Amino acid sequence: MATLHIDGQAYQVSLGDNLLKTALALGLDLPYFCWHPALGSVGSCRQCAVLQYHNAEDSKGRLVMACMTPVSDGLRIGLQAAEAQQFRSDILELLMTNHPHDCPVCEEGGECHLQDMTVLTGHTSRRFRSLKRSHQNQYLGPFINHEMNRCIACYRCVRFYNDYAGGDDLHVLGIHNNVYFGRHEPGVLENEFSGNLVEVCPTGVFTDKTLSQHYTRKWDLQAAPSICMHCSLGCNTSPGERYGQLRRIVNRYHGEVNGYFLCDRGRFGYDFVNSSQRITTALIKQQAQSDPEIITKHWRKLCVDQKIIGIASSRASLEANYALQQLVGQDNFYQGLGLQELSLIKQVLALLKKPPATIATLKQVESADAVIILGEDITNTAPRLALAVRQALRNESFTLAKTLQLARWLDAAVREAAQNQHSPLIIASCHSTRLDGVASEVVSGNPETIARFAFALAHRLHGKSPSVSDLTPEQQLQVERVAKVLSKAQRPLVISGTGSHSSEVLAAAANLIKALPASHKMMSLVVPDANSIGVGLFDGSSFIEAKQRMDKGDIHTVVVLENDLYRHGEHAEISDWLDSVKHLVVIDHSLNPTAERAELLLPSASFAETEGTLLSSEGRAQRFFAVMPLSDQVKHNWRWLALAAADNWQQFDQLSLACYQAIAELEPALAMTPNAAYRVHGMKIPRQPHRYSGRTAVTADIHVSEEQQPQDLNSALDFSMEGSLGHRPPALNPGVWAPSWNSNQAVNKFQDESGDHLRGGDPGVRLFDKVYKGRWHPPAKPLPHREPSELVIQPLHHIFGSEELSNGASAIKQRSPDLYVALNPAQAQDLGMRDNDPVALHSRYAQYHLPLKILPGLCTGILGLPVGLPGMPVIEGGTTVKLHRLNNGEAGND
Amino acid sequence: MNSFKLCIDLILSQFQTLGTVLQHTFTKADTVEYPEQQVALFPRYRGRIVLTRDPDGLERCVACNLCAVACPVDCIALQKSEDQEGRWYPDFFRINFSRCIMCGFCEEACPTYAIQLTPDFEMCEYDRQSMVYEKEDLLIDGTGKYHDYNFYRIAGKSIAGKGKGEAENEAPPIDVKTLLP
Repeated sequence: MATLHIDGQAYQVSLGDNLLKTALALGLDLPYFCWHPALGSVGSCRQCAVLQYHNAEDSKGRLVMACMTPVSDGLRIGLQAAEAQQFRSDILELLMTNHPHDCPVCEEGGECHLQDMTVLTGHTSRRFRSLKRSHQNQYLGPFINHEMNRCIACYRCVRFYNDYAGGDDLHVLGIHNNVYFGRHEPGVLENEFSGNLVEVCPTGVFTDKTLSQHYTRKWDLQAAPSICMHCSLGCNTSPGERYGQLRRIVNRYHGEVNGYFLCDRGRFGYDFVNSSQRITTALIKQQAQSDPEIITKHWRKLCVDQKIIGIASSRASLEANYALQQLVGQDNFYQGLGLQELSLIKQVLALLKKPPATIATLKQVESADAVIILGEDITNTAPRLALAVRQALRNESFTLAKTLQLARWLDAAVREAAQNQHSPLIIASCHSTRLDGVASEVVSGNPETIARFAFALAHRLHGKSPSVSDLTPEQQLQVERVAKVLSKAQRPLVISGTGSHSSEVLAAAANLIKALPASHKMMSLVVPDANSIGVGLFDGSSFIEAKQRMDKGDIHTVVVLENDLYRHGEHAEISDWLDSVKHLVVIDHSLNPTAERAELLLPSASFAETEGTLLSSEGRAQRFFAVMPLSDQVKHNWRWLALAAADNWQQFDQLSLACYQAIAELEPALAMTPNAAYRVHGMKIPRQPHRYSGRTAVTADIHVSEEQQPQDLNSALDFSMEGSLGHRPPALNPGVWAPSWNSNQAVNKFQDESGDHLRGGDPGVRLFDKVYKGRWHPPAKPLPHREPSELVIQPLHHIFGSEELSNGASAIKQRSPDLYVALNPAQAQDLGMRDNDPVALHSRYAQYHLPLKILPGLCTGILGLPVGLPGMPVIEGGTTVKLHRLNNGEAGND
Repeated sequence: MNSFKLCIDLILSQFQTLGTVLQHTFTKADTVEYPEQQVALFPRYRGRIVLTRDPDGLERCVACNLCAVACPVDCIALQKSEDQEGRWYPDFFRINFSRCIMCGFCEEACPTYAIQLTPDFEMCEYDRQSMVYEKEDLLIDGTGKYHDYNFYRIAGKSIAGKGKGEAENEAPPIDVKTLLP
């Protein structure tokens, strides 16, 4: 601790940070542009100038940049000193000389850091009379708008995009005050994190194109704390709604999970909520039915019979799945996953329940000093994790900086000193990945080879780990090299997951984690969906196995909860399965092939209209809340399930409590989030900002008298602008705003003294914190012999296209690839096939006709099959298939 | 003595007041025989709100939402849209005049002189629903009180017919590929 004097007042602060961060953490307002809490200091914008006094007698002081000044004991600072204020105001005036007269037609207006800082420094009227420089804009893809005139050249965009996120297609072009931030030519920004530019840019150069299409100012967005639905990491988001439409998603800071950044799938995948594919009315035998009594009667009639089974959903909340289990009974509860998917999830869950190493939060991932990724394409299956891994690779440079006595937040200096030095990253994958460029070692091979490599590595690190024998000399050398790196590491991290559809890879990863000698070892296992882990806590076998019971006539009604079964098996197989269902009830929010076959289709709420708990891949239980009220006939999924029988849960809290009590693992989550009775100063927490506009005009066209605001009995939040503006628990904070801070940078007013965590604790509860010894998994079976014509299916994941819900968003659709199957160039040549050739793929059930894509970097013997693209056959990874080139005349899919 | 004088003063004052009142009986009345006789209103009288057009005859409103947020009774609702030319415009623009208090904050907040209050207060309706004005009821053909202002001539955003560097006080666009100083 040190004493810091600011404007004559003494503060007790901790050493190690820069003055700007410390001042902000103390709650003081100090303007800045080029500094960003996650990007560090470069001291280029000169906006955070303060006076530093030599001693108590010194009244003159000298100007220093707060972001470049380390906090030291006895430091005396004049933040409000007249000279400092004048300097900051002058700097801002200079920055504004070229800024266009655009605010009314700028998407950033109302949440613009530049606007905030201009007001904060007191610069009000323009004195500069010369010409403003202007720039041409570029097309940057379906996510981001470009308006270069607004640039103040703070360099934050390129520092984020290139240095932090590893992008290589955004540059600084031109010289002196003509610098231009853009691509070498107009085109789609390729990096998976480009959406963060919207929040990183302090003004409106990069804005959210999807928001612009249905634009609403921040003060008009009704928001609620939510969790991203598009992968298993559980990033915290703050979606905003206006006029019954979900308008955008912005990052909601979480100190342990997503920090300041989201991936583009999470940020732009929300539009499915507004899609025309949404189910808005109940359908009985394909006929729309609006009478709630008839619907309930029909629904109850189908349930009254005891011959009913339920199929769970890994994209619905824990509570909804629990409600389903209560409706159908434990024995009739099936997982909505294929056999292989389920066994992989069970394998991951077994590792999570008794983890052989700390299950890393994303923040902890960033602290790893060596990372090994086994068979998981994290950039595409859990993108935010890939961003965290990129930060972990900087630890080498921080170690170096320490020896050079450089503070780690001196961004430019640390990067300059480290040059291209990275902490070790070992990637074992059957295809090239986006992280290959920063990897120190790439192990290329099919999942069997990867598993063998990891088993051998584990054996090399720990004698008791079972060994494998059939390794080539090169592989043995590679094992030796990697073993050396990993045994030196103090905080090694093993990343694996279900992405390669291989239980051997997971078993090998488990052995490797156990074998690592470090005491602070970590692991991170990726699963497909937002609640894959949560639904795994329920007992139940794969729905495929219910077929026998159906064929025997044991089952009359099948209730499918928010699940497209066609995504879990081959089309013919699932159709056959569904054919044997007598009465199919589907509860879902968007139309899909399964929903289209339902006898009774019940419209449920999307994540933006309902609430629930999700369990992320790190075993963190987190609540998400409804952003907007339910529309007409749509009900919460759990309400539909409650209605079918005893109607026992009128309020969400009752269900939530029952669910947490029923599942032993969820016990710590009981105290997680304040319940619906929670009040701040006796009032609920408003979802709408206090400047929400138009409440007496929004519905005036329908009826001039305003209706009562919709009541929310399920949470402590209210669909209103009235309520407490006082301090809310972080788990209930819809979004950040503070006086003078309208942009998302206001988050500094919600963080604790360290500036790293939210005041009141980061939301969510981790369920699996205790580390166990674990057991050794038996090694893989010897490699099977395969004919050269036989190919093994390998799932290929795409950040845009592989996830079900985000596929309903138009911006994401524009970025998803067309259907294809992929072969390695050499193998394609052997088979006499060329790029774009039509090929036929023979599986157990059918023959599929698809275009071939030659994919350099793919292993031989593998047929890459993109996952989840609409219309793509679903075949389990590891399945052996045959492929032949289609001649002219052969056409059409079977 | 003093209290006697005060008494006299007070009595005289009463007569003076009566006299003044009597005098007003013969002066011209300030009130007018409305509606037979119309009231003279000044151009800046705050009455019925209109949306104006710029000197080129195009909609001035850019749907920035500042009027809506400035409105103390929240009686303005609108939605931004963008046309082929790159101009922002309100897809719908609604004022609930049954709530409006004619305070003029919206006009003060408007950065494009689009929304203006006019000297017209004759807005009585039997049905309150008729007090809800949509864009077609609000939009007039003229420029209102401010004749010359055209926001897009000054803004940096390019629209059809006005590219980058063609706004007032703007230099031609930078060629980023040149290295000349």
